[in-house]
Amino acid sequence: MTNGYRAKSMVEHPHAGLAVPFLDIDKIIGDRETKIIICCGSGGVGKTTTSAAVALRASEAGRKVVVLTIDPARRLAQSLGVGELDNTPRPVPMIDTAAGGSLDAMMLDMKGTFDDVVIAHSTPEKAEAILQNQFYMALSSEFSGTQEYMAMEKLGQLHSEAEAHGTWDLIVVDTPPARSALDFLDAPEHLSSLLDGRFLRLLLPPARGPLRLMGAGFSIVSAVITKILGAQIINDVKTFVRAFEALFGGFRQRATATFQLLSSRHSTFLVVATPQHDALREAAYFVDRLTEEGMPISGMVVNRVHTSALAISPERALSLAEDLAGSSAALEVEALRRHANLMRLIETEAHQMERFASARPTVAQTQVQALPTDVTDLSALRRVGVLLADKD
Amino acid sequence: MTPRHTWHIVSGKGGTGKTTMAGALACALATSGRRILLCEVEGRNGISELFDVAPLSGAEERRISRTPSGGMVYGLSVDAEDALMEYLDTFYHLSIAGRALDRFGAVDFATSIAPGLRDVLLTGKVYEAVRRKIKNRPNAYDAVVLDAPPTGRIAQFLNVHAAVAGLAKVGPIRNQADSIMRLLRSATTAVHIVTLLEDMPVTETEEAVAALRPTQIRIGTVIENMVTPTPLDHHQLETAAAGSVILKVPGLTIKQNHALASEFAIEAARTLQEQQRHDRLTALGLPLVQVAFDHGAIDEGAIFAIADQLTDQMSLEAA
Repeated sequence: MTNGYRAKSMVEHPHAGLAVPFLDIDKIIGDRETKIIICCGSGGVGKTTTSAAVALRASEAGRKVVVLTIDPARRLAQSLGVGELDNTPRPVPMIDTAAGGSLDAMMLDMKGTFDDVVIAHSTPEKAEAILQNQFYMALSSEFSGTQEYMAMEKLGQLHSEAEAHGTWDLIVVDTPPARSALDFLDAPEHLSSLLDGRFLRLLLPPARGPLRLMGAGFSIVSAVITKILGAQIINDVKTFVRAFEALFGGFRQRATATFQLLSSRHSTFLVVATPQHDALREAAYFVDRLTEEGMPISGMVVNRVHTSALAISPERALSLAEDLAGSSAALEVEALRRHANLMRLIETEAHQMERFASARPTVAQTQVQALPTDVTDLSALRRVGVLLADKD
Repeated sequence: MTPRHTWHIVSGKGGTGKTTMAGALACALATSGRRILLCEVEGRNGISELFDVAPLSGAEERRISRTPSGGMVYGLSVDAEDALMEYLDTFYHLSIAGRALDRFGAVDFATSIAPGLRDVLLTGKVYEAVRRKIKNRPNAYDAVVLDAPPTGRIAQFLNVHAAVAGLAKVGPIRNQADSIMRLLRSATTAVHIVTLLEDMPVTETEEAVAALRPTQIRIGTVIENMVTPTPLDHHQLETAAAGSVILKVPGLTIKQNHALASEFAIEAARTLQEQQRHDRLTALGLPLVQVAFDHGAIDEGAIFAIADQLTDQMSLEAA
């Protein structure tokens, strides 16, 4: 990219003289100790595209990569040229394998993953009982934390497979556009506290141990829940819990193992944002939460940063347009007005990024300029990869 | 004559400016002497951030803006757990049991195992605010604007009938779901979908429209956000996009004119793509509204400016 007037130069040399550290994607994917890259961020910031571009770039640099998307939209499949993504990794055709790498892609099937876990960890009879249970059906397809929980389960599975067979040496994860920023990390805790919690125990008379003392409390609780939800669901829950009891321990153990894996030096988080107020506010929340949880963050990818190669201020462009107004130079007038708008947008974006950087000066960043067209194929993804890795 | 809309539901893909549009619509409806309630259900403090006021909490309905035309906008952040407590109290007089339930983690449990229940509680609370007007109760609002969940979830969220079908065949929750559904399907309710003129948001808009049709809930307008208007015709845009235009701005060097032309080629190509997406949206047969791209930051002035654009284009019952 050329010099010229662009937001990036303003971020690198803001008035306070503070320099934002550069997020070096090539260094991350070149480090063989990096085994898991997790991309997170709010909805609509280009997470899926970033994940796919990082995965493609890593594979063409010689890594054996699998990219896991949890986004229900079929964008990743589209852009990678894979017809349909299901719960199984599929090889991405047409990538450059000269460096010895490979690229597989898969999309999480939440219910399928849950079913597999049940089948793998219980007797056929018990598995059958669980899979047919109404409560299980609701839990496995609708519960708000199941998607994130199953993503962790799948990530754990892929990691074990990678370690055991050397199928992959890098897993790139595209997280769901979680409503509250870090559901991805909270979900296992939430689901296991739900499945393992006091309340479920209360539903299983006779109450054991000290819980028996809460008998009176329980009858009120049970009566109310029955009133609101109906007796059937309580019975389903009870049946489910009995059948599922043996699985609880395993679930929690694996979730804990995956959590530890995520906090190890083999994993790294990329926070994805765009240079708008809302997206940067979400990104700040992500960075802070990840830091609190002790998760390794490499830095932030700022997508769709606008740039211009023409160093003419919006005021000057508008004044030139005004001079030409009414003449036959309609194209010139429109081009100048558009340029003025673009420059204003660049200023607003630079201002937003400066505010982010001054509050969190240690967060490394890389910026990807706004592309004129949608990213829908491998060559466009490659270009995004180049922009991601490009320092300037 | 079409009856007034009293319940406006605003959805849209993430990143399309859904919350900003909901806020602007509330301001547009808040003409002289009118009181409008703006609700959110996702607990992200989107409303308080947008209007730059302290976060809304609990069941508080606080004034967040006085519009230039003299109306009032109030804000409410609906929380499912608060709503469940209130619900238990209203229908079962069970505020004490409610607290016991909460201590056992039952509220979280109940709203988690039955996501439909959460949606019914959330819409139920908004429904209650809409109904105050109908029953002429004090503190009534002239209209309620709901900043609803994104397009991917909107049909499921509003289809409270389906949500409780598996939970309750009879009883208060079933009755309430029936009442909510009746109001949602009535002519006084409209869903508006916010989109950008980009491929994914337009695709999600098409999908949301298809998903909403079977619910019999009316779709009001599709709001095209961040549109760049152009005085140029199709031919001029195509010529510019092809990069074959030589610009001659007096006062600029040949090199600068060339750079301007290259930049304009990209802008023109983007406008052409936007026009194609506009055509796709036209095919939906719904009223379309365009909101111009604001190149500055969104503050209260910007919200009022968007509200003016909505007033000009939508047949708002406020007039």
